[in-house]
Amino acid sequence: MRYLTTIGLEVHVQLKTRSKMFCGCAVEYGAAPNTRTCPVCLGLPGALPTMNAEALRLTTLTGLMLGCDIAPTCKFDRKNYFYPDMPKNYQISQYDLPLCVNGAVPLHDLAYPKDAQKSIAHPGKQVGLVRIHLEEDVAKSFHFENSTGIDFDRAGTPLMEIVTRPEIESPEEAFAFLTALRQILVYGDVSDADMEKGQLRCDCNISVRPETQTEFGAKIEIKNMNSVSGVRRALAYEIERQVGELTAGRPLRQETRRWDDAADQTTLMRTKESAHDYRYFPDPDLMPVHTAPLLDAARTRLPELPAAKRARFVQDYAISDYDAAVLADDRALADYFETAAKAAPKPKSVANWVLNDLLSALASAGKSIGECPFPAASLVEMIGLIDSGKISGKQGKEVFAEMFATGKTAGAVVKERGMEQLSDTSALEALCDQVIAANPKPVADYRGGNAASLNFLKGQVMKLSKGQANPALTGEILQRKLA
Amino acid sequence: MSAAPDLDVRYIAQLARLDLSEAEIATFQTQLGHVLEHVAALRRVDVSAVEPTAHASAVFNVFRDDEPRASFPPEVALSNAPRKANELFVVTKVVE
Ligand SMILES: [Zn+2]
Repeated sequence: MRYLTTIGLEVHVQLKTRSKMFCGCAVEYGAAPNTRTCPVCLGLPGALPTMNAEALRLTTLTGLMLGCDIAPTCKFDRKNYFYPDMPKNYQISQYDLPLCVNGAVPLHDLAYPKDAQKSIAHPGKQVGLVRIHLEEDVAKSFHFENSTGIDFDRAGTPLMEIVTRPEIESPEEAFAFLTALRQILVYGDVSDADMEKGQLRCDCNISVRPETQTEFGAKIEIKNMNSVSGVRRALAYEIERQVGELTAGRPLRQETRRWDDAADQTTLMRTKESAHDYRYFPDPDLMPVHTAPLLDAARTRLPELPAAKRARFVQDYAISDYDAAVLADDRALADYFETAAKAAPKPKSVANWVLNDLLSALASAGKSIGECPFPAASLVEMIGLIDSGKISGKQGKEVFAEMFATGKTAGAVVKERGMEQLSDTSALEALCDQVIAANPKPVADYRGGNAASLNFLKGQVMKLSKGQANPALTGEILQRKLA
Repeated sequence: MSAAPDLDVRYIAQLARLDLSEAEIATFQTQLGHVLEHVAALRRVDVSAVEPTAHASAVFNVFRDDEPRASFPPEVALSNAPRKANELFVVTKVVE
């Protein structure tokens, strides 16, 4: 029996604002506990919330980037529940009139896990969205042996919830969805979307059913994944577990499970019987929102999206689809490349240096492109020195390594190391004459038709010049002299 | 009670974390029933030509700029906490 998998995701994204959603406390990751609070975000009685316009703009911008319909009017509701992370006993959220509806996230090949890129089931797939709404984050709880400690610094951080349609069919597609979504959020500067910092959090709804069955299987919710690869592993675990249950004749029921990353398994949190009843109602403290002015502001901030950037890189810089995809994967890398490519006569060689040398140097130094020791202009200068014959390609690698280690400019490294190639024709001619005179046999061989002898003679010139002779020019001079 | 057949005071009390006696449940069932009956009068108004609204006053877009302001010092934030430790509010251990 074959089983079909259906996955839907609920993704929470902390927005990159300076202050909180409904009060002026600063949004700051890693501040000392309870140093960013006020009556509003502590939920003190009588405190009144006021909406942060920037959070609404960033959510609208996200809606535009993901092709959503932006509702002409939206409002905020109270989601009622009792939990110490939300002491006013309700979270301000959006229920029946969210800011954005519909839209989709396109999954490009490189968004899939590396080991799955060769076997993508649905290339070019778009995962549809149900809605995007805005709410406030809750406080952070620390669970101790006999008590729970609460830090309200996070409470009230603007939080966007993105809900997908149940259109994801495998853990790999879920991985690709989150990777592609993160990229777009970073492109729009909407969020840093770092899962490890909790800036992007994801709940998964997953069900399996025999392929002969048309209705969905029991919906199981998984919580507590803190990396994209954790989501993939949790889903793979659940598919295997659920298929195992069904195969053994044990029916599944709706429940919520927790992912335990260290143990690599999910455990039961609660069953449907204890599901929440939130009793949403409109928050009388907040006025409804007309989105037209938000849309106008968001439109001016719409960035070039990853897919458009990939296509343009191929077009403008004559590089391959794959190279363009790798460069566009990271907005900062794409910007670095483009700064260099615009200034270089041959953008293709910039792409090669960035993709081969720079990426591997960064990887082995554990650095991001933002921490690259030299600016794009230095890379262009170095490539220019090779192209003009001042240094050889091999010397270029050495210069590159030194630039990466010290941050020095290419020109400075070349000067310090006395690397400048001998491209002065008269000096080279003298060296060539010397070598021809000293090596009558190879000269005769070459003239007799042994082309390989030219390489030997070239090598002798290189040796005589202590490696500084321009190899191409040396070859030309020798050929001319021996013709 | 007939005015609000879907009113279950026992369940509402549980949602509100109120521990009510059987006598209180009976009292509130009647009282809340009367309140709902009163509000139900609104159903008799013809609103077919009225645009739905989420708020009584027609005011929109009350925003603030994204400017951080000073927060409470932690000792003030924690001053009402029945229990505290290490600059954290401390509560009975909760497990989700
Ligand atoms: Zn606050």
